[in-house]
Amino acid sequence: MPALLGISVVLFTVLALAPGDPFEELATNPNVPPEVRQNLRAKFGLDDPLPVRYARWFTSMLRGDWGFSFVSRVDVNTLILQRLPVTLVVLGSAQLLAIMIAVPIGTYSALRPYSLFDQLATTLAFIGFSLPTFFTGLLFILLFSIYLDWLPFIFRADIGAIGWRWYWEHLRQSIMPVAVLGLFQAAAMTRFMRAAVLDVIRLDYVNTARAKGLPEKTTLVKHVVRNALIPVVTLVALQIPNIFGGAIVTEQIFRVPGIGSLLISSILANDTPVVMAVTFVYSVLVVVSNLVADLLYGWLDPRISYR
Amino acid sequence: MDERELRELTGRVKAGSLSRRRFVQTMLGLGLTAPMAAEMLATAGVARAETKWSFNPTKRGGGGLLKTLWWQAPTLLNPHFATGTKDQDASRIFYEPLGSYDPDGNLVPMLAAEVPSLQNGQVAKDGTSVTWRLKKNVVWHDGKPFTADDVIFNWEYVMDPATAATTQGSYRDIERIDTLDSHTVKIVFKKPTPFWAAPFCGTEMIIPKHLFQAYKGDKSREAPTNLKPVGTGPFRFVDFKPGDIVRGELNPSYHVPNRPFFDAIEMKGGGDAVSAARAVIQTGEYDYAWNIQVEDEALKRMEQGGKGRADIVASGNIEHIGLNTTDPWTEVDGERSSMKTAHPFLTDPAVRQALNLLVDRGSVQDQIYGRTGIATANFLNAPSRFVSTNTRWEFSVDRANAILDGAGWKRGGDGIRTKDGKKLRLVYQTSINPLRQKTQQVVKQACTKAGIDVELKSVTPSVYFSSDPANPDTYAHFYADIQMYTTTMTRPDPQRFMDQFTSWEIASKENKWALTNITRWRNAEYDRAWKAAETEMDPLKRAALFVKMNDLAIQHVVVIPVVFRPWVQVISLKLRDAVKSGWDSDFWALAYWSRHA
Repeated sequence: MPALLGISVVLFTVLALAPGDPFEELATNPNVPPEVRQNLRAKFGLDDPLPVRYARWFTSMLRGDWGFSFVSRVDVNTLILQRLPVTLVVLGSAQLLAIMIAVPIGTYSALRPYSLFDQLATTLAFIGFSLPTFFTGLLFILLFSIYLDWLPFIFRADIGAIGWRWYWEHLRQSIMPVAVLGLFQAAAMTRFMRAAVLDVIRLDYVNTARAKGLPEKTTLVKHVVRNALIPVVTLVALQIPNIFGGAIVTEQIFRVPGIGSLLISSILANDTPVVMAVTFVYSVLVVVSNLVADLLYGWLDPRISYR
Repeated sequence: MDERELRELTGRVKAGSLSRRRFVQTMLGLGLTAPMAAEMLATAGVARAETKWSFNPTKRGGGGLLKTLWWQAPTLLNPHFATGTKDQDASRIFYEPLGSYDPDGNLVPMLAAEVPSLQNGQVAKDGTSVTWRLKKNVVWHDGKPFTADDVIFNWEYVMDPATAATTQGSYRDIERIDTLDSHTVKIVFKKPTPFWAAPFCGTEMIIPKHLFQAYKGDKSREAPTNLKPVGTGPFRFVDFKPGDIVRGELNPSYHVPNRPFFDAIEMKGGGDAVSAARAVIQTGEYDYAWNIQVEDEALKRMEQGGKGRADIVASGNIEHIGLNTTDPWTEVDGERSSMKTAHPFLTDPAVRQALNLLVDRGSVQDQIYGRTGIATANFLNAPSRFVSTNTRWEFSVDRANAILDGAGWKRGGDGIRTKDGKKLRLVYQTSINPLRQKTQQVVKQACTKAGIDVELKSVTPSVYFSSDPANPDTYAHFYADIQMYTTTMTRPDPQRFMDQFTSWEIASKENKWALTNITRWRNAEYDRAWKAAETEMDPLKRAALFVKMNDLAIQHVVVIPVVFRPWVQVISLKLRDAVKSGWDSDFWALAYWSRHA
């Protein structure tokens, strides 16, 4: 909580010091008399001193009122609720994709270190986490949309179709943003998974499991991978803020109407209440994902208990 | 160009020796607007041209989904709250004005049965009132009839300061609105108003009284219809996500028969202009993309063998260099560029003339802007060049040198000219934008050859175009000797546009730099002409007054026009009749758009 409070003070001040106001466009439009803009500023309380504005924002936030967007003249929570599901779905599937790629590849590489497969996987992983998402995003668009013309590169949250077509269209348009985010995550995770498995596989209890005649599959899944996953879960949790950062960029490139693109457009429009709210949501998501990681530890490693 | 010559020209159009389009273009060259030119022709008795559509369907619908792309996303759907064209365009899918402007500036009736004019007696001779007859069979999307009450309500709604409408400027000259019958209104103005089409026309759309009357004033932002519009337009509301997407479906009871052609429309927002152009031209995912500010070379490359094309439409947007008449380097009463000072050397007409000759507009167009910026001297054109539609401007370092030599500016040892101890050193500011920085270089090179030292300065756009009174780097503060940016002329009437040179509009500390005269130029003759134009009812006499204002400003080199910035849209090759009007919303004729197989 004190962290959130500090974040909010800093953010609010920075936003207030930044040049411009939400009614910028009115200023350069000769059709709009300057009084109109001054009226709007006064009406929305933008002319009050900074501490007064912060206090007003803070007290209404405590009451659960997130304020309203100057630009859309809509309550901020409506805006965020509209966009949060898309972000969660895209981020969730990206994360899922990353795990689905990283765990088997990492494990297999560790089982046969320095084999051709391992070399290849390592090379690809290095390329993967060296390339930033905005670059791979544009590369994917050029390749799959413009040259090959296979996939659409503009994401539409509501598709005017029903039944199977709806799922199909959603799948098609999600492939690129999810792949960009997922592959970036998978690259780092693969390396980590490989290292973790290598650490575990040399331990005595693995030899014991093999010696007592357990099938290789059981040894691997129950004894090796499960234990190796513990550090990986930490990594996933710690990387959540990173993914959000990448998601902001990716959402902008593919026009995904998530809270990341909302954040960018609100910053550009100097829409303070929305920026405050989105950052707040991000902080909450980060805290929640850390909590989930903690709970997962307990399940993966019964020695850790929360009492 | 005086009134007599203008009359002669309109006479030639009537006689058929001058084409209508050519006349409109010439007037644009004079700094007038197409709607004004159309008004002049109407007065001269030339029949209004009907907009022709290339496709006239015999039934509504059947066109499928129309997909359009705006790289700035609409954030609200109440036209009276619109903060930019994106919001106006999104609102225009559902709402309509009384009349729209076609690309040639003709007023086309939308919710009105006919366009008022002096000839049909609906515009009062003295300009104090205009009578609108409304179309009879129009219903709102919820089935309620559209009547005179709706028109009156819009004025009351906007004028309530607590509503915080952004459209007040168009309505504040109205004194009262009388209802003559259920479908006729008479708008009475406070004073003679030649531009009687400011309210309720173009981007000034009409919202329904029965759904908004409970939400006038303080409660305006609680109206559910702010997000779920119920209008009279060709499409009914389906869905809106602020900052993302607007969707509409065909309105089966639209008041124009057999329109619209498309069954549904989608306006997707966000992203950037380049990828928007790609989505139309290269992948064909979308049919139309708005305002593509992309370098011409990139556009041309995409167009090769593409599925779309760039559509370039003339506008009144001018990239120009303003010359400061006050001293930006001396502080008086807490402000620089104060009216109490005079610029040390830009007040010398010779220096101004020389600078005008040193802007190489040809190179700027050829090497920097391409099709998206046409060299011009026409922000304010000289009368002798009137009949020629070729814009005449001159680039000559030699002549500039000769003028400066003649005026007694001597070159010093460092090559910089000096006179009475004052050095010709300029600070030239603009916003950060690759095109503008290249233009700055072109001008600087020429100035150096003429013995003028130029220091280039560029400011982040979000600061430069901000209205923050505390920030000295905004364009309105003008704490530099010369500066360059684009002024947009979106309004169909030049009166408001031309007030940027009147003496009462000077931006200063007192008015928090909110007024429009940035160069701080003052001229009594100009002021008189402007005031006369405000109430002059004869369109030709009024046009002559504007031409005179233009001449005054060009003679005094208050600003140096560089290039016209036309509107650039990209359109699918299959889309028909999607004609943009420079004087109205992109969607002014949305009901008439169609697509061939």
